[in-house]
Amino acid sequence: MLDIEIDGKAVQVPEGSTVMDAATLAGIYIPHFCYHKKLSIVASCRMCLVHVEKAPKPLPACATPVTHGMKVWTRSEAALEAQKGVMEFLLINHPLDCPVCDQGGECLLQDLAVGYGSSQARYQEEKRIFVNKNYGSLISSEASRCINCTRCVRFTAEIGGEMEMGQAFRGDHAEIMTFLGCAVDSELSGNVIDLCPVGALTSKPFRYSARTWELSRRRSVSPHDSLGTNLIVQTKNDEVKRVLPLSNEQLNECWLADRDRFSYEALTSAQRLISPMMRNGDNWHPESWQIALAFVSSALRAVVSEQGGQALGALASPHSTVEELYLLQKLARGLGSENVDFRLRCHDFRGDAVRAGVPWLGMTVVDVHDLNSILVIGSFLRKDAPLLAQKVRHSAMRHDLQVCTVGPNAEDWWMPMATRALVPPSEMVDALAAIAAALATMTGKSLSGTLSARVPAEISNDARAIAQSLADGERTAVWLGNLAEQHPRAAELHLWAQEIARLSGASFGFVGEAANSVGGYFAKAIPGEGGLDARAMIESPRHAYLLFGAEPDLDFADGVATVEAMDRARLVVAISAFDSPALRQVADVLLPLAPFTETPGTFVNCIGDVQSFEASTHPRGEARPGWKILRVLGNLLELPGFNQDDFEAVRDEALAGDGSPDIHTRLDNTIGDVPAAVPSAVRANTLQRVADVPVYFADPLVRRALSLQKTADAVQPVARMPLATMASLSVQPAGRVRIKGTGGTVELQAEADENLAPGCIRIAAAHTSTVALGPLHGELSVERL
Amino acid sequence: MSEHRLILAGLDGDHTWQLQNYIARGGYEAFRKIIKEKTPPDAIIAEIKASGLRGRGGAGFPTGLKWSFMPRSFPGDKYLACNSDEGEPGTFKDRDILRYNPHTVIEGMLIGAYAMGCSRGYNYIHGEVFEIYQRFEEALDEARAAGLLGQNILGSDFSFELFAHHGYGAYICGEETALLESIEGKKGQPRFKPPFPASYGLYGKPTTVNNTETFASVPFIMKMGGAAFLKLGKPNNGGTKLFSVSGHVCRPGNYELKLGTPFPELLEMAGGMRAGRKLKAVIPGGSSAPVVPADIMMDCTLDFDSIAKAGSMLGSGAVIVMDETTCMVRALERLALFYHEESCGQCTPCREGTGWMYRVIHRIESGAGRPEDLDLLRSVAGNISGRTICALGDAAAGPVQSFVKHFADEFEYHIENKKCLVPPAVQDTGSQIYVSQSC
Repeated sequence: MLDIEIDGKAVQVPEGSTVMDAATLAGIYIPHFCYHKKLSIVASCRMCLVHVEKAPKPLPACATPVTHGMKVWTRSEAALEAQKGVMEFLLINHPLDCPVCDQGGECLLQDLAVGYGSSQARYQEEKRIFVNKNYGSLISSEASRCINCTRCVRFTAEIGGEMEMGQAFRGDHAEIMTFLGCAVDSELSGNVIDLCPVGALTSKPFRYSARTWELSRRRSVSPHDSLGTNLIVQTKNDEVKRVLPLSNEQLNECWLADRDRFSYEALTSAQRLISPMMRNGDNWHPESWQIALAFVSSALRAVVSEQGGQALGALASPHSTVEELYLLQKLARGLGSENVDFRLRCHDFRGDAVRAGVPWLGMTVVDVHDLNSILVIGSFLRKDAPLLAQKVRHSAMRHDLQVCTVGPNAEDWWMPMATRALVPPSEMVDALAAIAAALATMTGKSLSGTLSARVPAEISNDARAIAQSLADGERTAVWLGNLAEQHPRAAELHLWAQEIARLSGASFGFVGEAANSVGGYFAKAIPGEGGLDARAMIESPRHAYLLFGAEPDLDFADGVATVEAMDRARLVVAISAFDSPALRQVADVLLPLAPFTETPGTFVNCIGDVQSFEASTHPRGEARPGWKILRVLGNLLELPGFNQDDFEAVRDEALAGDGSPDIHTRLDNTIGDVPAAVPSAVRANTLQRVADVPVYFADPLVRRALSLQKTADAVQPVARMPLATMASLSVQPAGRVRIKGTGGTVELQAEADENLAPGCIRIAAAHTSTVALGPLHGELSVERL
Repeated sequence: MSEHRLILAGLDGDHTWQLQNYIARGGYEAFRKIIKEKTPPDAIIAEIKASGLRGRGGAGFPTGLKWSFMPRSFPGDKYLACNSDEGEPGTFKDRDILRYNPHTVIEGMLIGAYAMGCSRGYNYIHGEVFEIYQRFEEALDEARAAGLLGQNILGSDFSFELFAHHGYGAYICGEETALLESIEGKKGQPRFKPPFPASYGLYGKPTTVNNTETFASVPFIMKMGGAAFLKLGKPNNGGTKLFSVSGHVCRPGNYELKLGTPFPELLEMAGGMRAGRKLKAVIPGGSSAPVVPADIMMDCTLDFDSIAKAGSMLGSGAVIVMDETTCMVRALERLALFYHEESCGQCTPCREGTGWMYRVIHRIESGAGRPEDLDLLRSVAGNISGRTICALGDAAAGPVQSFVKHFADEFEYHIENKKCLVPPAVQDTGSQIYVSQSC
């Protein structure tokens, strides 16, 4: 420890600390612009110049290492003179029109100018101006306001993983820009808005819609990915105007993925359901809650009494809250049905019978920092869980974490990668078996149970390299991504991942598809004894469906089959925040659901954190919180146990379960033996489908966020194939192809993608233009148009 | 009263830059001796320390001391960089060294690399003298072919790879850490220090950066011995130094002198003032050195300490001579424009301040000056000086402070009368670039 005295205050700081660190410890604020605790230090704004004993010149606090016995004055005459001098320089070319600047009221330059600026400018010349840049649909540019702190540049390079912005030119011509003609395409791009200390980078959707002091702030939790990012939802006149990160060092730190930041735009979408709707033949009309609910309860009663409880299926989105999922399953079970599920895009449920507990990430998020090696199986990690990917990236860039993947995809994750085993979906199980076999050889351990008989004859070099990386690492992890969870042999992938983890001493777990992918298990939104899972409920169509928060065409493993099954059903009750043609096609009644900002609720994230939040605004129109809709429905159906007074009561009941009150003890990824499925041989002249769920199509909310829909991640899906495959089909890049799946035929533009396993075709799911293909996996025949 | 040539000695013939001619002049003897006798690295550094050699790039830091900062037992590569990014207005000595005597730089770097245990070196050459870069590449080829560079040099276990690297003419890349950034392929912008290059330099490895002339001096020190080299100059100012004389003299050019030579002798060697005009002022060490009025300068000797005492610096040894036809406001305006254009834009005081100073001086020069402008200039220069990441801020502020200090009357006249104290016609006669033998 080093002793240092700042402004007369004695503090002890660890070796390697800077004067800025010491001041923070001492509770002394040193003005700064370029310094940010999560970014590298450049010491370029010079605002933090302080007076150090024996130093001939003022020194930047952010970059000056503490030495033993150092004496520092942050507000001495010399320090203040230096700081005021810098402030004057910062202001000479900065527009002094705060009243028309969108940053006004939350601008660091404005704030510090009050303390360090002069009321009269000595600079009388013309100010230099810059042309504003186009950073895409999310970030707005006012280039002349830039003070060249380069926080945005460092963010894109160090956190985002790709240096998408840079400082071009020199001297006072220096300006921040992207590469020629490029927007900022990172899925984390919005963070530069928070980082920008001035009004140079502001939020395009939020711009000029409110002043910071007019906004009310509510804590909330992101309903999108499994990380459970903490949010501050800012509202004005009962409308969400902006979403900002709530710092949580255990999860999102101070960052926010663009999906979490900008999805609020969907809350005011024209497609919001704001009144219960009932079908009358092919016509729909708004109806009162009373009549709609009376209809639903009597219709449900009729189905159950005539066809039995098992005639009902309840399917809910994994983005629903614990309370909603819990009451939904309780309702279904109360009506005598064990057919409940929330894992809508999954196909293989063989694991359910042999699962020991609730599947989760298998480790905390902060522990990613200390990993030496990680194997990610079947994942589009960067887009599926942008901030989890960022944790991995940070370790890979700063701490030499070796990142390996197995799967049909090897798109750029904007981080250093060790080994990427590129295998088609049909060979993923064998690829994992090969890694396990290589590990067994390396460690001298033997494979468990029947697994040794299931090892492929040939062990690839990739498998050996991955096994070596896991064997060498002291702290290692194996993660199963969304693609692995949705895989037709998901249970076997799970089993082999467990084996790899056992042999290498790694932790293992699931990235998790959605905000409540873990919570759904605690809420018991899974089939019980004799109940049907999500796939079976579609393959053996039910007479009635309760569809909660999901769209039948876009949120299921097979949109075509789902729509077909529901279309034929006698009754479909859809509880949804949004209206859609597919919903109208299948449903008999639409009940307007309050999305996450309009309802209290709870998500359990991928590491088992129970995170509850209050409503940020009142529900829009006649929309109502899901738990209340279900409670009233339970009462109307005269089912027992629907008397909770508030959402906390529902939550506590849901999480108490029949096990320990500490839900962490119920997290367990262990899986028992799953026999090998006999894979059908891949038919000739077909390509295996690889379906990614694009980040901005993943759930009903984000699909309707207008600004996100204008980004590069939301472009019209194309058919991606390796160049060799395209050549064998005589398809030119950008040529059109006709693709035939079990569900039907679509026509798409072809695009070369060398980051795809041979014999594969990557076509995005969750988009109306590709729904007709049917399942997310399987074989497609492709022909040139 | 004459030059004392070491580096420039024997360069009057043809093809003096070729290896065979360098060897004929005694080249690579010092290095061969070291390899043959397996001279301990510490002994070499001690010799350099004893020579009193100070960095020839501008800062005048003792070279032996700098070499001793390199960590001895660092595992992995250490780098050596030669700073030939000679961008300081008025300086043109490294260009001539590389043009006529490139092997002395290579030999100096070899000795330095041997002494500091560096395995790789780069010579960063200013982008606007491209033929010099090409000539250095030729010299490297010769040295490689002769087994003087590469693996196991001259059969020893010493290996050293040396590469030439050219910039694109940015002045800032002469700042050693910006130079390293530029070699790494990044935008040339200085790093903040600490850490210094000796602990975190090129690609994060220990690195020593020396000026071309510094390296060129090393073989001579090793041959004649540190003490003899020191004796050529003055205590603490050892050896000879190249002076690039430009401006209103009859014979501008490079002159190699013993340090401590009186300035009037250099002026005379350079042919004296043109057309018998009167000396007005001298910038003794490149454009960033404060200007010194004639009377003070005529009493100076040319060494680091004497010039420092006169309130300026020896810098790179670029002596810019100005006669009585010079308008000091116009001269400063040109200098200020240079620093405005060359500021890298990274840190606030230099980025914003250099432009501000230029605009104020330009305003004064074009007859729109205000009475408060001189105070403003002093204040802005003071706010830049010592507040920036690198020395460019000081380099930009120094001329402004010294011009305003020594020639305040000219600035005041400009502001008051909206015109020059030196009539334009007089300025025109003096600023002709053409120099005749008989001038």
